[in-house]
Amino acid sequence: MTTLAKHSRSASAASASPKPQGSHRRLGDLKIALLFIAPAMIGFVVFYVLPTVRGIYLSFTEYNILGDPEWVGMDNYVAIAADPLFWNSLAVTGQYVFLNILLQTALALGLALLMHNVAKSTIIRGTLLLPYLMSNVIAALLWFWMLDYQIGVVNQFIEWSGLPRVAFFGSEAWAIPTQALINTWRHMGYTALLIFAGLQAIPSHVYEVAKLDGASAFQTFRTITIPLLRPVLVLVLVVTVIGSFQVFDTVAVTTAGGPVNATRVIQYYIYQRAFTESDFGYGSAIAVILFLILALVAFIQMKFLKGNESDLD
Amino acid sequence: MKKSLGAVAVAAAMALSLSACSGSSSSSEESATGEISYWLWDANQLPAYQQCADDFQAANPDITVKITQRGWDDYWSTLTNGFVGGTAPDVFTNHLGRYGELAENKQLLAIDEAVEKDNIDLSAYNEGLADLWVGQDGKRYGLPKDWDTIGLFYNKAMLSSAGIPEDQMKDLTWNPEDGGSYEKVIAHLTVDKNGKRGDEPGFDKNNVDVYGLGLNGGGDSSGQTEWSYLTNTTGWSHTDKNPWGTKYNYDDPKFQESMEWFAGLADKGYMPKLETTVGASMADTFAAGKSAINAHGSWMIGQYTGYKGIEVGIAPTPVGPEGERASMFNGLADSIWAGTEKKDAAIKWVEYLASADCQDVVASKAVVFPALKASSEKAAEAFQAKGVDVTAFTEHVKNKTTFLYPITDNTAKVKGIMEPAMDAVVSGKAPASSLTQANEQVNALFK
Repeated sequence: MTTLAKHSRSASAASASPKPQGSHRRLGDLKIALLFIAPAMIGFVVFYVLPTVRGIYLSFTEYNILGDPEWVGMDNYVAIAADPLFWNSLAVTGQYVFLNILLQTALALGLALLMHNVAKSTIIRGTLLLPYLMSNVIAALLWFWMLDYQIGVVNQFIEWSGLPRVAFFGSEAWAIPTQALINTWRHMGYTALLIFAGLQAIPSHVYEVAKLDGASAFQTFRTITIPLLRPVLVLVLVVTVIGSFQVFDTVAVTTAGGPVNATRVIQYYIYQRAFTESDFGYGSAIAVILFLILALVAFIQMKFLKGNESDLD
Repeated sequence: MKKSLGAVAVAAAMALSLSACSGSSSSSEESATGEISYWLWDANQLPAYQQCADDFQAANPDITVKITQRGWDDYWSTLTNGFVGGTAPDVFTNHLGRYGELAENKQLLAIDEAVEKDNIDLSAYNEGLADLWVGQDGKRYGLPKDWDTIGLFYNKAMLSSAGIPEDQMKDLTWNPEDGGSYEKVIAHLTVDKNGKRGDEPGFDKNNVDVYGLGLNGGGDSSGQTEWSYLTNTTGWSHTDKNPWGTKYNYDDPKFQESMEWFAGLADKGYMPKLETTVGASMADTFAAGKSAINAHGSWMIGQYTGYKGIEVGIAPTPVGPEGERASMFNGLADSIWAGTEKKDAAIKWVEYLASADCQDVVASKAVVFPALKASSEKAAEAFQAKGVDVTAFTEHVKNKTTFLYPITDNTAKVKGIMEPAMDAVVSGKAPASSLTQANEQVNALFK
């Protein structure tokens, strides 16, 4: 193990060592480099940077889109701090993210292990990805109908088996778990594929050595697979947590925030304030807060899970 | 930073639309020709208005009308984007709950001049409809196209098996204390899984097979089809004055007492619980035999009478404690976008839509009641010819038992506050007295 690690470290050190070139040469590359970066850069500036800057500006204004934005300083933020619906939306979103990420990551890890060790057929591996190929809205509507209280097929089965019907979308207790499960179903194949790629990157001789040392399957999983998979898992978590915080389409086409306030997730609340109630300043301010929350979550995940270092080094 | 590209683009779009507006008024000859765009949301009405457009084009060969139908859910946000981006339709179907804000933000063209010049007889419309479209500034922003009221759709087979004669449905009474004969009928029509009726001993309210009354939802701020036909028979009204009220009355004990009774129906097992109504539409649930009576609007006549294998009757809403029936009276109109480049053609089209020529065509399709009195009668005849008796809807207008859809500013925000508040009450999670707090929030919007 140690020699191995040294080898790879020295190899990476060699490749990363700076080439002895003058600054003259680097500047000569600059123009060409800019040319190649430009297509991505223009898209990034026009579609990301400018809207973000404008969004931040609008968050300090009162703006109903048809008139002109009017500067109100911190008013929106002060109002948000005292807005029970905002805090409710944070709690609801938190509940959704917790359920969604927990189930999705656990199931995806299981699926990835199966793909890696058992299901080697391309067809089966491809099938796992099928729900992800469906649009979010279609998946949500499909389940909306199947889980309908009165005429849904799932409730028909529940009734046949002698249990009372469940108002999957109508009950305050069920609405968020239902939607978290639908999106788990849709995304776990894709997440599994990412983790699967991480599993394939773990060199097989590590497992061989473990086998020789007489490690059990569980020991191998706990002490080899998980630590070596960590950078990929962290990346997957960062991406899925951010995606999960931004849940919107499922809610928009099914419960639209209800019953009462049970599914008014933060993105839906932003949409409601901005596009339904024409309060774009307030909506932008919540969006800025969400942006800060997500940046913080991503930072914490990267920092404490050491996502940018690999134990393979 | 303040002048980001987006801001400049929006400002430019606004400037363009404003200049287009002022430019068109000076060159009236040019703007009376070409293609104008027209939007509506109800797909059921599209064939009727396409017919109107064809007739209009035949009479005005210089103008073509391009009709776009968009579902209600996307209609208003797409329209708002159109206003900002400069791509809004020249003429569009407008709603009472929305036009106040649009007029205030200068997105609608005032048409007083044209109405005066072209001698449009506003008294030919059903009473009150034309006045609805005069904004707070005293200017007219639309010509009425249709109206609707509320009635009770009932399943004839369920009535006869319950031994309730159809005539009895015409004389129902209601009050917030014991629900009057309306509640008795609803209770008798409710049947549990063992075949016991809602007013019989041993009725199992937790295993109901057929509900006496269907439920559409909590009703948010207006309760148009859900509860306003009851609450407004007690002398209560949504706002201090209508149109352009500045104070809502959800804190009135009279209203809260009515809502308490309404929410109680679900608790007694006579009406489905609110949580079970998320999903399938109330009309489809009725068609599936899950409810015996549904209170709904006249725009639903086609849908209810169109289900195969179900005989549907329509009864008037019950008489309330003050001795009168009540129904919300809602009307649509066609408005012109302030940014239109074809002002004169747009006015011509709006006037045509509001004329007997077009409204008779709409009447003949028997989908909705046109705004003109004469055309309304023709529509009633057209429904009669299809075997549907619509007097339950028309008699509200004839007997003047209608009240107007509450027209105020901030309607979207009022709805945003009242929707969860009403849901909480109708689902039994909160007492009706909780509406007092919601009402304070609502009235704070007007300060």
